[in-house]
Amino acid sequence: MNQAIPKLTLKDFATDQEVRWCPGCGDYAILKTIQKVMPELNKPKENQVFISGIGCSSRFPYYMNTFGFHTIHGRAPAIATGVKLANPELDVWVITGDGDGFSIGGNHMMHVIRRNVDLQILVFNNEIYGLTKGQYSPTSQTGTLSPSSPLGSIDSPLSPCLIALGSGGTFIARSIDTEAKHLAEIVKKSSVHKGASFVEILQNCPIYNDGVFEQVKNKKVAPDFRAEVTHGDAITFGKDREKGISLNRDSLTLEVLPVDGNEGKLLIHDEHNKVQAQLLASMKGPDFPVAVGVLYREKKASFIEDMQKHLNDSRREKGSLKSLLESGHTWEVD
Amino acid sequence: MQTETKQIEVPQVEEKEVRGIVVRFAGDSGDGMQLTGTNFTQATALHGNDLSTFPDFPAEIRAPIGATFGVSAFQICFGAEDVTTAGDDVDVLVAMNPAALTTNLHMILEGGLLIVDSGAFTDKNLAKAKYESNPLEDGSLNGYRLLSINIHKQVLEAVAPFGLSHKEALRSKNMWTLGLVMWLFDRDRSATITGLRSKFVKNPVVAEANIAALNAGHAYGETAELPVGIHVYKVPKAEVEPGYYRNITGTQALAWGLLAGSEQAEIDLLFASYPITPASGLLHELASRKDFRVNTFQAEDEIAAVCAAIGASFAGSLGITSSAGPGIALKAEGIALAAATELPLVIVNTQRGGPSTGLPTKTEQSDFNMALFGRHGDTPIPVIAASTSADCFWMAIEAVRLATKYMTPVMLLSDGYLANASEPWKIPQVDSLASFKVEYFDDPKEFRPSIRNEKTKARVWAKPGTPGMEHRIGGIERSFETGDISYDPENHQKMTELRKLKVENISSDIPLQEVSYGCDSGKLAVLGWGSTFGAIHQAVKRAVSDGLEVSHIQVQYLSPMPRNLGELLSNFEAILIPEMNTGQFIRMVRSEFLLDAESLTKVSGQPFKISEIVDAIKRKYKDLEKRA
Repeated sequence: MNQAIPKLTLKDFATDQEVRWCPGCGDYAILKTIQKVMPELNKPKENQVFISGIGCSSRFPYYMNTFGFHTIHGRAPAIATGVKLANPELDVWVITGDGDGFSIGGNHMMHVIRRNVDLQILVFNNEIYGLTKGQYSPTSQTGTLSPSSPLGSIDSPLSPCLIALGSGGTFIARSIDTEAKHLAEIVKKSSVHKGASFVEILQNCPIYNDGVFEQVKNKKVAPDFRAEVTHGDAITFGKDREKGISLNRDSLTLEVLPVDGNEGKLLIHDEHNKVQAQLLASMKGPDFPVAVGVLYREKKASFIEDMQKHLNDSRREKGSLKSLLESGHTWEVD
Repeated sequence: MQTETKQIEVPQVEEKEVRGIVVRFAGDSGDGMQLTGTNFTQATALHGNDLSTFPDFPAEIRAPIGATFGVSAFQICFGAEDVTTAGDDVDVLVAMNPAALTTNLHMILEGGLLIVDSGAFTDKNLAKAKYESNPLEDGSLNGYRLLSINIHKQVLEAVAPFGLSHKEALRSKNMWTLGLVMWLFDRDRSATITGLRSKFVKNPVVAEANIAALNAGHAYGETAELPVGIHVYKVPKAEVEPGYYRNITGTQALAWGLLAGSEQAEIDLLFASYPITPASGLLHELASRKDFRVNTFQAEDEIAAVCAAIGASFAGSLGITSSAGPGIALKAEGIALAAATELPLVIVNTQRGGPSTGLPTKTEQSDFNMALFGRHGDTPIPVIAASTSADCFWMAIEAVRLATKYMTPVMLLSDGYLANASEPWKIPQVDSLASFKVEYFDDPKEFRPSIRNEKTKARVWAKPGTPGMEHRIGGIERSFETGDISYDPENHQKMTELRKLKVENISSDIPLQEVSYGCDSGKLAVLGWGSTFGAIHQAVKRAVSDGLEVSHIQVQYLSPMPRNLGELLSNFEAILIPEMNTGQFIRMVRSEFLLDAESLTKVSGQPFKISEIVDAIKRKYKDLEKRA
C-alpha cells in the first residue's frame, strides 16, 4: 500500500490560510517541523486527521492541508477518540495546550491516555493562557504575575508528563518548539507507536510568558539545563557532556555527578522503566536539567485494537433486524 | 383453563368477566417485583389481552429491608379494549410487606382485592413502616377484600425438597405470589417456566425451586378455602389487528429503531454515552448488539460522550449520544458544535424529574424548553418526541433520517415512563421500511466543505480517508462560500439565517399533523406530546363516548412543528394541553400560533391518570358551554 503514496513535500501539507499566530510564537516552529515530518511518515495524506480544542495552539489544524477539526475547549481527546473509533485506518493527531489539555480538558486527557487510544497527542506547553490574554495556566510556576493573578499565582503547577505517566501512558516524550531535529525525531517515533503517544512540547509565548523556557532553549546555557535522554545511553548533560545523573539507591533520589570517575554509577536510560521515567520527568532546574526525549515507552494493546477484536467477534455472524424484532416471546393474532 | 369446583364446599368459587383490570405488585427492592411483573405481563400478552405496564421503582439499589423508601412496584393494566396506560386505580394490589402496603394502599379502589404476605407483617417490619398496630388485624383494611396468606410459610414448604438455605428458599416468594395471581386471572404458566429454566440454566436446582413455588401458588388458589368474593376473573381477549406481536419497552424500541435507522441509512453508528438513570438501558441494549452496525463507547463523562459521537460523525459514521436532563445540559456545548459544523448527531434525552438530580427514577416532560432552547447562540435543531413505548422505534428511525439528510443534530425526547413501560407491538415488516441511504461527497473537482444541497440546504459530508477531500472545519464561524474561518459581519448574518432556515425547512419533509382520536374540528382539542399519549387517548375516548365534542391531537414533531398544526388547532373552540411540567409546550403553541390554550400540568413524577384528564376536559367543556 505504501508504494502507492505519491512523494509529498512540506508544501503539500501547507494550506492557503494566513497563519495568525503572534510574531515570534513558538507555534510557527512546531508547525514547520510537523509539515516537514509529514511526508517522511510515508502515510496517505487523506488519512491524516488533526483534531484540536481551543487556544492558540488549537488553530493548528487550519494550517495543515489534511483533514482537520478545530473543536471546543478541552474536548479534542474525546472527539479524536470518536474519529478513531469510527475509522481506525485514520492517523489521528490531537493538538492541544497546557490550558486546553490540562485545565478544562484534564479529565479527557487522563482517560484518553489510560485507555491507550491510538492517537498522537501533542501538547504545546507555554505555561500560560495566550488566547484569553495572559492568565496563569495549570502549568504556570507558582507566583506567576498575570491579569488574573496580580499578586502572583498561588496554585502549584502540574507536570504534564507526570500526569501522563500516572494515567498509564504508554509513550511519553518531551521536546522543544525550536529544536526542529529533536522534535521531528520524537514526532516520528510517536507516529509509529501503537496506542496513545503523548508528547509535551515546551513552547515559548513571546507575548505573555516570554523566556519561561530560556534556560532549556538558549543555546549558550541550555546544555547545563537540559538532558537529552536516549534509550540505552548514560544520562549526561553539560557542554561537554561532563555531568551525569545517578540514582542514590538509599534515598531513591537522583543526583548530579561529574562523569569523570563515576562512569559506572551513571543512570542508563531505560525507556521501559516506569519508576525511572517518573524520576526523569520530575527533574527541573535549578538543581537538575530538564529531561527531553522519549521518557517512557511500553508495548500494550491499544484501545482501538481491543475494540476491533470485540467488533470482529460480534460480527462473525451479521445481525438480522428481522430476527431481532422476532426474538423472545411473540404471538400471532388471526 | 376452568377452575375446578369440586375441591371446596365453602364459598363456591365463582368466575367473573371484566373488560379491564389493573394489578399492582409491590414489595421490597429485593423481592423481585419487577421480575414478577414482567412475567405476568408476558403471560397476559400471550393470553391475548391488550396491556400497558408501569414499572415504578426507587432510586435506592438495595434499601434496608422493610423500608418504605425501598418499595418497588410494577403495575399492569390489561383488558379486552385498547389499553394505553397502566391504569388509574388499582383493582388488585399485592403487598409483600407492611412498607409496600402503606405506600401503595391509597392507589387501590375501595372494595379492591388486597393480597398480602402475612409472614412479612412482623413487629419489626410493622415498625419500619410506622404501623402502630397490625393492619391485618385491627380492622383498618375492612374496606377491601383482604386475602392474607403467610406466603413465607407456604414457600418454605413448597421448596423444602430442594434443600436450599432458608434465605435462598424465601427468594421464591415472588414466584409463589405470581402463581397465585396467575390463577386469579387464568394465565398460562408455561412461558414463565421456560423463562425460569433458561434464566437459571447454570443452577437448575434454583430453577426447579422457583417453578415449584410458582406451581404451589397456583395450586393454593385452586384448592384453598378462599374468603367470599375471591374468584377467578375472566378477561376476554382484546380485538386487535391480525399479525405477529411481541411486548416491547421504550428502551428496546428506541435501540432497535436506531439499528433499523442505521440499516436504512446504510451507515455505521457510534453510540457514545455515560451511565445515567433512566437512560442507561439504551447503552446496555446496544452494547450487546454489536453484530449490527453499531459500536458503543462508555465515555468518561457526558461531555466526552457527545464529543466522541461528534468525532464519529466527522469521520463518516453517525454519532449518537444519550442521557437524561442533567447529562443533556452538560452536552449543550457539544451539540452547538455539531450544529455549527453541520455534522449529523442524534441526542436521545430520556427525561426524568428535575431540576438537578431531581427524581432520577420518576418521569417528567420538563426538558422541552432545554431541548428547544437550551443552547448558546442562535442554534436551532430539530426536536422530535415519541408518544408511546413502541413509537420510540419509529421516532428513532426518524431521528437517524433527519440527522443524516439535513446534516444536523436531532434531539429525540423520551422519558422514564416510556423507557420502562412495555406494550404489545405488532412487529413491522423489516423489508417495508423506507430506505434513506447516506451519500458522501467524493469528487475532488471544486470541492469545498461549504457546498450545499440546494433543496435541503445540507452541507456536503466528505469523510476523512477520501483522497482529495482534505478540509478543515471548526467552531469558528465559517464562510458561506468557502467554509474557511470568517469573521465577516454579513457572512455571520447569512450563516445564522441559513442554519435557521435549514431546520425550518424540515417542516415540509415531515408528515402533516393528524387527529389521533375524534373529529378534525369541534369544541375542544386535547393537545399532547410525548408519553401523555396513553392517558389523553383514554380520556378523550371516554369524553367522546359521553357525547362530548372532543378530539385528541398528539404532536411528535416539536421543532419544527407540522406545517398544518396551526390551522388544525384553529378548527377548535378551545385547546387543552396536558403536560408533565409546569407548562412548557403550551408557551410554544401560544407564541407560534397566537392561540389561546389552557394548561393542565402535573409534576409529581407519576404519569397522568386518565381521570385527571377527563376531569379537566369536563371542566373546560362546561366553561365553553357556559360561554355559549
